[in-house]
Amino acid sequence: MGLKRKDLLSISSLSPDEISLILEASEPFKEVSGREIKKVPALRGKTVVNLFFEPSTRTRTSFELAAKRLSADVINFSPSSSSVVKGETLLDTARNIESMQADIIVLRHSSSGSAESLARHVRSSVINAGDGWHEHPTQGLLDLFTIKEKKGRLGGLSVAIVGDVAHSRVARSDIHALIKMGVEVRVVGPPTMIPPFIERMGVKVFSNFDDALPGVDVIIMLRLQLERQGRSLFPSMREYAKLYGLNSERVQRTGTDLLVMHPGPINRGVEISHDVADSCQAAILDQVSNGVAVRMGLMYLLSQSQ
Amino acid sequence: MRALIKNGQVIDPGRINQIADVLIEDGKIHTIDSNLESTLKNPESVTIIDAKGLIVCPGFIDLHVHFREPGFEYKETIATGVDSAVAGGFSTVCCMPNTNPVNDSQSITDFILRQAKVADKARVFPIGAITKGSKGEELAEIGELHQAGCVAISDDGIPVMNSLVMRRAMEYARAFDLPVVDHCEDAHLSAGGAMNEGFVSTELGIPGIPNAAEEVMVARNIFLAELTHSRLHLPHVSTIGSVRLLREAKERGVSVTAEACPHHFTLTDEAVRTFDTNAKMNPPLRTDADVQAVKTALKDGSIDIIATDHAPHAVHEKQRQFDNAPFGIIGLETALPLTLNLVEEGVLTLEQAIAKLTCEPARVFKLPFGTLAVGADADVTLIDPKKTWTLEPNRLRSKSRNTPFAGWTMKGQIVKTLVGGRVVYEGD
Repeated sequence: MGLKRKDLLSISSLSPDEISLILEASEPFKEVSGREIKKVPALRGKTVVNLFFEPSTRTRTSFELAAKRLSADVINFSPSSSSVVKGETLLDTARNIESMQADIIVLRHSSSGSAESLARHVRSSVINAGDGWHEHPTQGLLDLFTIKEKKGRLGGLSVAIVGDVAHSRVARSDIHALIKMGVEVRVVGPPTMIPPFIERMGVKVFSNFDDALPGVDVIIMLRLQLERQGRSLFPSMREYAKLYGLNSERVQRTGTDLLVMHPGPINRGVEISHDVADSCQAAILDQVSNGVAVRMGLMYLLSQSQ
Repeated sequence: MRALIKNGQVIDPGRINQIADVLIEDGKIHTIDSNLESTLKNPESVTIIDAKGLIVCPGFIDLHVHFREPGFEYKETIATGVDSAVAGGFSTVCCMPNTNPVNDSQSITDFILRQAKVADKARVFPIGAITKGSKGEELAEIGELHQAGCVAISDDGIPVMNSLVMRRAMEYARAFDLPVVDHCEDAHLSAGGAMNEGFVSTELGIPGIPNAAEEVMVARNIFLAELTHSRLHLPHVSTIGSVRLLREAKERGVSVTAEACPHHFTLTDEAVRTFDTNAKMNPPLRTDADVQAVKTALKDGSIDIIATDHAPHAVHEKQRQFDNAPFGIIGLETALPLTLNLVEEGVLTLEQAIAKLTCEPARVFKLPFGTLAVGADADVTLIDPKKTWTLEPNRLRSKSRNTPFAGWTMKGQIVKTLVGGRVVYEGD
């Protein structure tokens, strides 16, 4: 069975079966990255364009590596932000790229919904690599992959997502992904960072981090966008670190064999303390290597479905 | 010049609702009675319009349109705007001052009136700016705007955030008995917002505009109107809380009137789920509870009128990503069927629905139209209430295409629009 869709735009539009399919398809590709010759011919002759309207090193590199290890030709295209201030040129740019016979367009854009509108206008497969605060579906998939790898299962686990959920596409994709796979989700943050009615997505909301800790199997720390300071979302980094930072004391309080995750890049000493970031419980670097495998699996499935 | 509109269901809200003939002479309503045809003198000189099965009512009045001229003629001109208006049954429109330059002076008002005269279709009444350049700082020359023909003042989409400036504007406008129209939005609370703040915005990750952004300004304006004894008109009321404030203010006798837009009683924020930028307007589409509150307010009179907030934007502007696309949709040519839906749903009677588009807006801005009284200017709209049609944006008269109702089946169609006894629109 393959993936019967042209694009991957969101986790919310995926069924649990499709999620399982992508996770399973990604496993063999993890092994490829461990080989001496890290390459398979699955996408030979295909063209993948990384179209990044927002600066990103990690995600772009991960997609680039994934495509190259599948033997695709990869072009990185990062239109200068000055020419796209208003976002008007997304469709024009994308149509240009499509005219060069791109098979897969990987899009990162600051506007929520940009991947969906692009997918409606081009024949190429579109992979959403992050649209505004909306979704970052491959992050959701790689987080599931990592949790499953480390914990051996998904169903029945309890996961806390901590930080600025309101402005986080990672949080939205993670919530959808975890809920669909039968995981209990707790979101933790100051009420200024928790968007309204989020409990309707099936999560429990905590404004006190310590209340959310007992029995939690995985904690996903979100990156604090430091530039948000001064916008009345939190008073100071000092207070934020104290109330919502993950330290070894809080790790203890879970009472479980806790797994610590973070989409990166981390702010050491703000949302996560040094010792926790470097502890054996932290799977932050596994997330990075699994990211390549999951993106390989996904691109392979999408190329098969065409 | 004489014309006889015969056998129609004549509805002049509060006055007439019966099958009758309407005789128009020299651009004025001459007589309304049954079987006028047989009593006509010189019948060969009378143009007969058969209105059997049609509703014959006063021409619609829209207190809230944006005709983009001067400055943004690629979106709409006064000529295309009035074309769209009469195709929607509107014989009178009031155009907002957010042009470029802003209509904050007599010369811009003169220009708008001149263009309207050239276009020669619907009657156009400009709304002048409250403050110079709509910057919210210094009062515009409101007296001169009034003399030039402005029928109200507003800074339109830009709320007057400084309460003292608003107070002074309300006081000053009293000298000319001008209504003050304030777009109720606390610019700090709404900053960056692109849709209603609620569960849908949470799921979509689109910055939200909370109901409170509207409501705190509705409350402020009501208190200021009370303080200054001025005429306050609230455009595009969209929230349950605004309705509550409005109802309470009216009960206390505050001189406040309000309008609702068809999109605010027809759609909810669920329409944004596809990231359709034609579902982006300000105030934004709200939730079902808000829609119900707006309908109830229309029914009980807390909201006096229906206005379109006709806001044309070019295709390339609406093709931007959701957060960067401009706010607003066109509305003149869809107002009638969407309003008639309220009749179908039992929210309004047919007569009430027509009143919200005719005599009520005339009352709010004290315009001498919206009536079929003998001697009044013969602004008349003929409606086929049963006719269904499909909305194809390319067939609209407006220069722009930004409507969220593309492909909808509409019930109720404009057959003819007369202004001053002259047929200015005739349907196919």
